[in-house]
Amino acid sequence: MFDTALTTADLIFLAKGAGMTILVTAISVAIGTALGIAFGVIRVQFGAALTAPLTFVLDIFRSVPLLIQLVLANAFLGMVLKLQLSGFFVACMVLSLYTSAYCAEIVRGGIDAVPATTRRAARSLGVSWGQDMRYIVLPLATRVALPSWIGLALGVMKDSALVYVVQVTELLKSTQILITRLQEPLFLLMIGGAFYFLISFPLARFGGYLEKRWSND
Amino acid sequence: MFGYTFQWNQALARLPKMLDGAVVTMEVAVLSMLIGIAFAILLTLLRLSGSRPLRAIATGWVEIARNTPALFQIYMAHFGVASFGIHFSPFISLLIGITFNNAGYLAENFRGALKAIPDTQTRAGRSLGMSQLQAFRYIILPQMLRISFLPMTNQMVWAVLMTSLGVTVGMNSDLYGVTQDLNALTFRTFELFAIAGVIFYIITKAITLSARLIAARLFRY
Repeated sequence: MFDTALTTADLIFLAKGAGMTILVTAISVAIGTALGIAFGVIRVQFGAALTAPLTFVLDIFRSVPLLIQLVLANAFLGMVLKLQLSGFFVACMVLSLYTSAYCAEIVRGGIDAVPATTRRAARSLGVSWGQDMRYIVLPLATRVALPSWIGLALGVMKDSALVYVVQVTELLKSTQILITRLQEPLFLLMIGGAFYFLISFPLARFGGYLEKRWSND
Repeated sequence: MFGYTFQWNQALARLPKMLDGAVVTMEVAVLSMLIGIAFAILLTLLRLSGSRPLRAIATGWVEIARNTPALFQIYMAHFGVASFGIHFSPFISLLIGITFNNAGYLAENFRGALKAIPDTQTRAGRSLGMSQLQAFRYIILPQMLRISFLPMTNQMVWAVLMTSLGVTVGMNSDLYGVTQDLNALTFRTFELFAIAGVIFYIITKAITLSARLIAARLFRY
């Protein structure tokens, strides 16, 4: 049972896949969060009616399977616009927008959790909109939003397993390639799964801890 | 304008087949949800139980379901168990994978809901002569399901979206699988997947909308 044909080269191959998973996740979460904060602030600032088109577009990213988003973006950019883009670029682009759609919801929830009276009190003391956002809303909203944001980042890491569909060889795809060659599915899948688990579990616990700690007062 | 001729007719002619696929997608999603809720209630009971090993099993299930990709769970249900000589059809593998995932997430939701129900209610039930299980069944469970109705709706939407992963284990009767096969046949990738996307969008909107209507009717007071 403990015999395996897995070689060091295969392990390096898996590590490269893991590196790709982390790289795609890091880029997408970074861009997606920046966009998400912008979208969230815009939605709160301009009201539901004015931003209905934005809400609709962002809602699409949350209502259509990521696999279809990736295939569609790839087909549209490659076949319709005839752009020569790497799968990596398409994967990061789609995942960033996907992240921003969820992040905008989290940001909106965070800003809404800041009592309007607190903000009005600040404004009536002569604080500008920018200062209000920076010194009043940001610290208070972060307490509400950060635990959910950690959950979102981990969710994006798990969802990044789907970018194989645009020819990006991330961890699960590398595992799949090795399974085809070595025919040891259970062992290899356990390695792949353990990697996701070891990153996700501690961070998820940390998010839960922050949530508990910050919700008391 | 794009140097690409959209041929929507070719894709739209395949719409009936895709709608058949949508029905299979809904079947998988609904089944995985119903079985998932049953398992989630079981997991919740196990996590409340006094037995350490039982609690460990339940916690392990929940944490693995929540901390690994759904795609990994479906692979495990298909290729992983094949190591033990068990071979499931793609439909069953997909169903097991999504159900496992649903149960894990729902159990966590249920745990959150339980925190909102005071312990004193169980004790009140017990002092009225109910057994531990009766108190859970008649007092705690209805409130728990009610509090987690919204998370359950979200999980249902997730279940629908997750069915698209079945294609990785060879499923070709669900909406994504059907679209993939049609794509191999006609090579109208953009048109076909755009239509599939619209169908998915309509399904998820129908779920959230009907859930809202059901909630308005069930939770009037």
